[in-house]
Amino acid sequence: MGTDMTNLELPAGTSGDGGGNPLLRVDNIRVEYPSKKWRRAGFVALDGVSLDVQAGETVGIVGESGSGKTTLGRAVLGLAPVTGGSIVYDGREISSMRRSERRSLSDEIQVVFQDPYTSLNPALTVLDILSEPLLMSGTGRAAAEKRVRDLLDQVYLPSDAAQRLPREFSGGQRQRIAIARALCRDPRLIVCDEPVSALDLSNQSRVLDLFIEIQERTGVAYLFVTHDLSVVRYISHRVAVMYKGGIVETGDAAVVTAHPVEAYTRRLLLAAPVPDPQRQAVRRAARKQFDAAQREATRIGA
Amino acid sequence: MSVPPTDGLVVVPSAPVRRRHLMVRLLHDPVAVAALVILALLAAASVLAPVLTSHDPIRSSLFDTLAPMGPDHPLGADGVGRDVWAQLLYGARTSLAAALVAVAVAFAVGIPAGLLGGYYRGKADAILSWASNFMMAVPAIIVLLVVMAAVSQSTYVAMAVLGLIISPSVYRLIRASVVSVREELYVDAARVSGLTDGRIMRRHILPVVQAPSIIQAAQIFGVAISIQAGLAFLGLGSPSETSWGAMLNDAFANIYTAPMLLLWPALAICLTTTSLALLANALRDALGGKKVRQKSSVQRPKTSVRPARGAKSAKPAVRNLGAELLRVDNLKVTYPVDGGTRTVVDGVSLVVERGKVLGLVGESGSGKSQTAFSLLGLLPPEAGMQADGIRFDGDELGGLGRGAMNRFRGKRIAYIPQEPMSNLDPSFTVGSQLVEPVRQHLRISARAAKAKVLSLLERVGITEPGRVFDSYPHQISGGMAQRVLIAGAVSCDPDLLIADEPTTALDVTVQAEILDLIRSLQDERNMGVILVTHDFGVVADICDRVTVMRSGKLVETADVAELFANPQADYTRMLLASTLEDAKPRTALKGPAVGRRDRTA
Repeated sequence: MGTDMTNLELPAGTSGDGGGNPLLRVDNIRVEYPSKKWRRAGFVALDGVSLDVQAGETVGIVGESGSGKTTLGRAVLGLAPVTGGSIVYDGREISSMRRSERRSLSDEIQVVFQDPYTSLNPALTVLDILSEPLLMSGTGRAAAEKRVRDLLDQVYLPSDAAQRLPREFSGGQRQRIAIARALCRDPRLIVCDEPVSALDLSNQSRVLDLFIEIQERTGVAYLFVTHDLSVVRYISHRVAVMYKGGIVETGDAAVVTAHPVEAYTRRLLLAAPVPDPQRQAVRRAARKQFDAAQREATRIGA
Repeated sequence: MSVPPTDGLVVVPSAPVRRRHLMVRLLHDPVAVAALVILALLAAASVLAPVLTSHDPIRSSLFDTLAPMGPDHPLGADGVGRDVWAQLLYGARTSLAAALVAVAVAFAVGIPAGLLGGYYRGKADAILSWASNFMMAVPAIIVLLVVMAAVSQSTYVAMAVLGLIISPSVYRLIRASVVSVREELYVDAARVSGLTDGRIMRRHILPVVQAPSIIQAAQIFGVAISIQAGLAFLGLGSPSETSWGAMLNDAFANIYTAPMLLLWPALAICLTTTSLALLANALRDALGGKKVRQKSSVQRPKTSVRPARGAKSAKPAVRNLGAELLRVDNLKVTYPVDGGTRTVVDGVSLVVERGKVLGLVGESGSGKSQTAFSLLGLLPPEAGMQADGIRFDGDELGGLGRGAMNRFRGKRIAYIPQEPMSNLDPSFTVGSQLVEPVRQHLRISARAAKAKVLSLLERVGITEPGRVFDSYPHQISGGMAQRVLIAGAVSCDPDLLIADEPTTALDVTVQAEILDLIRSLQDERNMGVILVTHDFGVVADICDRVTVMRSGKLVETADVAELFANPQADYTRMLLASTLEDAKPRTALKGPAVGRRDRTA
């Protein structure tokens, strides 16, 4: 798949729901944060990024810090300044929507953030946190409380959790609360920004299983941002690898995370340590060999 | 497919919800109680003034001029024969009402402006900030004098103007709180949930602003009372109005004949403003959460080591590979909690050999970092530490004082932290931070130390050591900062290196390079290494032996190959099974999405 950097959109039909319109289509977007200083060039966080997400699909975005992966998620959520290109959700252009129009999307697109400690208001009970979006959309209080009990059940938290404050829960439990909040109005797309990075190993796999279970039951699509190749392999149908504000490689998860084509993706894969001493020794040797070959290539190229 | 609700999901029956009301917390503070009682008495006195005295505070009687204390005038009468007690009571009315006006205006202007500026930033913020800077530059007393002389004699108009002049301080406070809350992810989440700005402010932002506002209000109240008294003392304000300031004015005129007259209004003003200031302090303490009361006598962790069997053995002459470098027996670390102690490390024993890497693995709360810190002598002062023995290369470390510990720490036992950036002081160059300890430990000249540091920077893979040497920490990347700290750690040729999650904050490609670096340095210098981590990939990459910990206890220790191939404990097996490395990737989605739930549900 030797495509160039500017247009790496997968041809419709190679995967996804068989050629229909995608749920989300990001087309050649640019995100530029204005400079604080007058008449100084801004900071370009994303440039020429295109990708699409089908209904019920998980698209993993993997990259290192500064690659723009989080910005991509925030652009879809309307939390980053999109200065070029388009984001089309379900046939509607959403990147240039005003705040008031954007509000109508809140039962369609939801979010789970990385840090379960700052993404829940510490002063509100779990019931308040989960019922707020429901009450906003006009649900009655009794119906909202019933829905909250149902949601807590879906994320395997006891129903007495509703009366408690976020600080009484562990990191993994808080992330379940955040997932329940994202689910409360039956969204069709959830942007997940490193949702398991702050969790312990054993909680990490349980929370990922919960994400998959919910997707299989409700058909929600995920745009799943993470730095961890093994997480992205576990949860994604398709993967896009980002580097310095652009996408370098996309494709089916099994291919990209095991037999990548692009040099950067291979470097990423070889750098991730395997939890097995013998295989890690092999991978380490392969990485050293690869790095030496890369250096050789740049030396010849220069 | 279902997720079994196992142990990690059970809500911990922790302490009951501690949402004690602010008032309850205040009532535990004797100073706050005293201040509240005084303020309540003042308020009551001003309301009940007609009951407490039969005198009219402004009716003067020439017969009573400077009358002494007596049954008719409990506190005497002033220079024009007005009853002092009645004036004090009615004066409290003026003072409190005037101060209330000032506070109300300051907040009515400051809070909306602060919310607007802090939440929307941009142009609104720029204009409001300019206006607030302008108002702060205006001399308040002169404005007040002009207003009272030219516009209105009314105390309340003057206090409203004062409120306006003080409002920038409220604006700044509110704006700063809003700016910091705005960055919180839960505000972003609320926006994504479709909440209107008004609702976000009411539900998520105003509660945060509440606490600092209450404190600020108490302070402004006190300031307003003293400024009002000052204005009245200068003779500004309506002559028919009783106030403490006007009383001072009259007392000042009679200071030689009846000095006692000064006492009563001065006392009233002092009591009120002092109470308000103390109340503001108490509020800050009560709202700031727990108050840390530390016994200053405890300077370092309470350490007790029972030196057992053959305390002083001869130092091994040859530093041979595989020789025992560090042996820890039955280490225990405790912290005081309400009415007892909590044990975070419980009976951990471990051995580090020269030239080998020991991995200390566990999830959060397993006590792995606490174990590492206790070996470095870096536990906080309130921690208690006990061990049957901590033997480092023939010396007993347990029970050493700070000075004695410094002989080992830095020089023979080095440390690599988790967050490289926060372990470099932003106000000094990288070079100066590295040279300092080298000079102190090795006692060499500044020149020699610099040369040594430059060669070390080159050794840890920094391509331009000279440039990095002269850089400030914010000018280098996280991976570079970790290399710098590693250079610092190995600068004095330590025998033991303790690394606490040294790669957790780094990108995976940088992590691989840093692990390579630690491995090659450890090999080259024959160091023993304790590597604290939660990542089994890192363990597989670099460790020779592994100790698995859980909730402060040791689960199992084994050679690395043995641990991965044949884990003994159930917990280790569970952890290894949780790694995602060998999980099957999901296949591409085929056909339309399944099981889409009806949206009307």
